[in-house]
Amino acid sequence: MTALLSVRNLDVSFTTYGRRTQVLRDVSIDVPEGAQIALVGESGSGKTVLMKTVMGILPQPPAKVEGGAILFDDRDLLTMPERDRLRLRGTAMSMVFQDPMSSLNPVFTIYDQLGTILKHADRRLGRQRGRRERWARVLEVLEQVRMREPERVARSFPMQLSGGMRQRILIAMALLSEPRLLIADEPGTALDVTTQAQILNLLRDLVTRQNLALLMITHNLGVVRETSTYTYVMNQGRIVEQAPTAEIFAAPREAYTRELIAAVPRLTGRAT
Amino acid sequence: MEFLAFLLRRLGWSLLVLLGLSVVIFTIARVVPGDPARMALGPTASADQVASLQESLGLNDPMFQQYATFLHGLARGDLGRSLLTEQSVTADIAKTFPATLELVICTILLAFALGVPLGVAAARWKDRWPDNLVRALAIGSAVMPTFFLALLLQILAGYVLNVLPTTGRLPGGIDFDAGWTGLVLVDSLIAGRGDVFLEAVRHLFLPTIALAAATMGQIARITRASMIDVSRQDYIEAARAFGVPDRLRMFKYMLRPAFVPPLTITGLEFASLIGNAFVVELIFSWPGMASYGIRAIVQKDLNAIMGVVMVSGVFFVVVNLMIDLLVGVVDPRVRIRGSRA
Repeated sequence: MTALLSVRNLDVSFTTYGRRTQVLRDVSIDVPEGAQIALVGESGSGKTVLMKTVMGILPQPPAKVEGGAILFDDRDLLTMPERDRLRLRGTAMSMVFQDPMSSLNPVFTIYDQLGTILKHADRRLGRQRGRRERWARVLEVLEQVRMREPERVARSFPMQLSGGMRQRILIAMALLSEPRLLIADEPGTALDVTTQAQILNLLRDLVTRQNLALLMITHNLGVVRETSTYTYVMNQGRIVEQAPTAEIFAAPREAYTRELIAAVPRLTGRAT
Repeated sequence: MEFLAFLLRRLGWSLLVLLGLSVVIFTIARVVPGDPARMALGPTASADQVASLQESLGLNDPMFQQYATFLHGLARGDLGRSLLTEQSVTADIAKTFPATLELVICTILLAFALGVPLGVAAARWKDRWPDNLVRALAIGSAVMPTFFLALLLQILAGYVLNVLPTTGRLPGGIDFDAGWTGLVLVDSLIAGRGDVFLEAVRHLFLPTIALAAATMGQIARITRASMIDVSRQDYIEAARAFGVPDRLRMFKYMLRPAFVPPLTITGLEFASLIGNAFVVELIFSWPGMASYGIRAIVQKDLNAIMGVVMVSGVFFVVVNLMIDLLVGVVDPRVRIRGSRA
């Protein structure tokens, strides 16, 4: 099985106030077509930097890619012309943002934002789509994320919608241009547990139904268990353990992984 | 309906504010030392003359009664007579206010039209040379006293280069008074007098720049800070991750949410310029209300002081109401919350 996304030996550093810090060291991960992969680690372990590097939205400087490759469809994102890379961004590979409260522009309607993204994605891909078709496509993805009144939602401003609805809109945003790879950055962390569970369910359904590859980035092992078949564990910028998700939970090899598992709060009320 | 209710509520509050303002200014004007009658008549007037003027001005009445007289006049649009010009204050203000208004409107338009793009450019090229240039300009214009800039401009453009007029609203040769709006730019256009319009523009040039510099710097600074603040928001990063082009991100996704602070500052500056324009008005012999007001204060011309303050107050309230409405147009958050409140 060839991987859709393959990160090879990636090194990334940050330089702030003249001090250089290595944030990713020799990171390699594979996301095969249609697979559900989790990347887990505590805050500051480098997961978000990895994701931003893959998406090409890492602010450089202060960040710098020191070495390695990011293959998407066997083409290296780091060396391909900026034009080609832009063509992939938000289309073949797209991202579900983490915080529903801050990831939508507060002064434009949902349709305005989704429609603009779609219009420019179409333009980059050389596709033609009229205004009416665009509206129809936006309503379609809103229905896909189980929005009950897509037309009303499309005409609303973010502040008129609940957190769960906004998170679903962020998912819809990522689905607009039929991606093959979805990178999800801890979706729903900002929501209450019930809503988060619904969001993860929805995401899992969409991914299996549309046969998307999913890279789920999270610090929550519950989420890992729910949404992935293979897991990478990251600590201090390194991949410290990787295995099928069931194995990770059954027999964690690394001390760090065991600590992570032990840190999951239990709801049974038993002291641990 | 909600909008009408909002408007009425705001107008009601504004009336209260204006009433409060009138009480404060009325009291202050009478408490500060100096006898208006003595000042008006000069040092050679006899004590009898001064006393009789005091009596006829009602200065010996109890303060409460004086205020009631003032309010009574105000309700009829009568602000009393000015001791200085010996005209009705209402007529004085009707004559001088349009001149100040014209100057201030041009100033605000210029400051806004330059300040916002400068702020955007500074934010776009943060910490690079455009940013440094804008920051230097903003600080420079803020610390440079208006009178100094006014004199500098006057000397440079008026005497050294001799290209622009340095005093008044129109050349002495032109006697133009259509009396519609009192704004020469507008009136001359309505009358189809292109020559007068051109002269008016030439005369407005220097005072407008002198008055606009500080405001422009202020607007540029606020716009820059607000743009930088918005550029760090998640939704801007999201727009980038979805491939929304640079220019669209700048001018739509960032500028719109960043627009409220510059707009608010512009409103405040607009209103305060009405009073602060006096330095420029004096230097450029601009026949405006700000310099009229200053003369009134120096001479303790009580009725004129009250008139000028009340007109400025009404102007302040009106401008701020307009800005509030504009902010609602720009930012749906304000609009939606406002209508629910």
